Amino acid sequence: MTPGQPLMVCEHCDAVYRRRNLARREVARCMRCGAILERHQWLSLDKQFALIVAAGIVFIIANVEPIVQVSLGSSHATTTLWGAAIAMWNDQSQVVAVLAALTLFFFPLTQILIFGWLLAFARHGERAPGFRQAMVMLHYVRPWSMIEVFMLGSLVAVVKASSYFTVVPGAGIWSFGVLTLMITVFASHDPRQLWHKTAGNDA
Amino acid sequence: MTDVVTARELGVVGCHVCGLVSRAEHVPPGATCPRCHVPLHRRKTNSLARTWALLLAAAVLYLPANLLPIMRTVSLGDVDDNTILTGVIELWRNGSADLAIIVFVASIVVPMTKFIVLGTLLVSAQRKSGWALKQRARFYRLVELVGYWSMLDVFVVALLSALVHFQVLSRVEPKPGVIYFGLVVVLTMLASMSFDPRLIWDRKETDD
Repeated sequence: MTPGQPLMVCEHCDAVYRRRNLARREVARCMRCGAILERHQWLSLDKQFALIVAAGIVFIIANVEPIVQVSLGSSHATTTLWGAAIAMWNDQSQVVAVLAALTLFFFPLTQILIFGWLLAFARHGERAPGFRQAMVMLHYVRPWSMIEVFMLGSLVAVVKASSYFTVVPGAGIWSFGVLTLMITVFASHDPRQLWHKTAGNDA
Repeated sequence: MTDVVTARELGVVGCHVCGLVSRAEHVPPGATCPRCHVPLHRRKTNSLARTWALLLAAAVLYLPANLLPIMRTVSLGDVDDNTILTGVIELWRNGSADLAIIVFVASIVVPMTKFIVLGTLLVSAQRKSGWALKQRARFYRLVELVGYWSMLDVFVVALLSALVHFQVLSRVEPKPGVIYFGLVVVLTMLASMSFDPRLIWDRKETDD
């Protein structure tokens, strides 16, 4: 088997195409099934690295700052993401607690750390130690990160609670909002670009 | 559609993980991608059987997920159990029609669409049907894209249960429905991941 780099295969229908460079805003679509083959990567590796570092910082804030505060008379209560997971654990819903911890904390964290690690080397054209394993792991972790859903969920929770209590949004909810925007930017960037943007003996 | 050449016709195979295209007339079991070392295969392994199994499991759990309450609100001794649907109705009555629609779409329309779309895809792929190929491909991509949004209600219950803990005055507790619902979302996500959209286009060809 010899690598045939100029070719690309549609992941959705197996049609074969010859890769060509895309201009800004261009998206290559499969002629047969209409799936996206490749998007123009409009952020350079340096910019992607800057963005992932920023995402890491916002992620920390999102996890330590309260999401909302509710008040009933003179008593107040706040919660963080972990508060929500722990509440589920203590209330006979351990499955939900584990799901929330994985999809809102461990998977996004893994994604940020691995992608940051890969980009830190890739911006100098190098492959980070453990490059291959990291790339494979990133591929499998990607669909399981649900920060955006949690963002919308906290808005729904705020509205539901506001019909009975005084609700004050905390810094956590804003951080999740900012993270959602960052995730949207990353969604148009395929980590697989790193295979051909770094020096290796295969590409 | 005659101008499209498939990987099999060309004697190549694309890695499902890293995208590298390798030359291979036949893909023997145990072949790995020379670049990322994951197993190479033309189609996802046992795609139809796995997708059926996961989808049926999800359908079974979907009943308790909708029939059992997902959340209990206690205020001054007044107990109120909410299912997914009554939660939506309550949002609507309290004047948040927009959010009620969002929750309704995420919790009811999206899972139902998944069952219908994946079920249709499975049956038509088994028959190697040539019906509505492009539309079926598009529906599969839609299911992949929106699938995880159904987790919305689960996160809402988690947040409210953590927040509303005012002793006897007011409390929110999760109820078993929310566990079933979370599992339904995970199972349907796994089901759509195990379905191989390439099967939509495979007609009267041999698999390896």
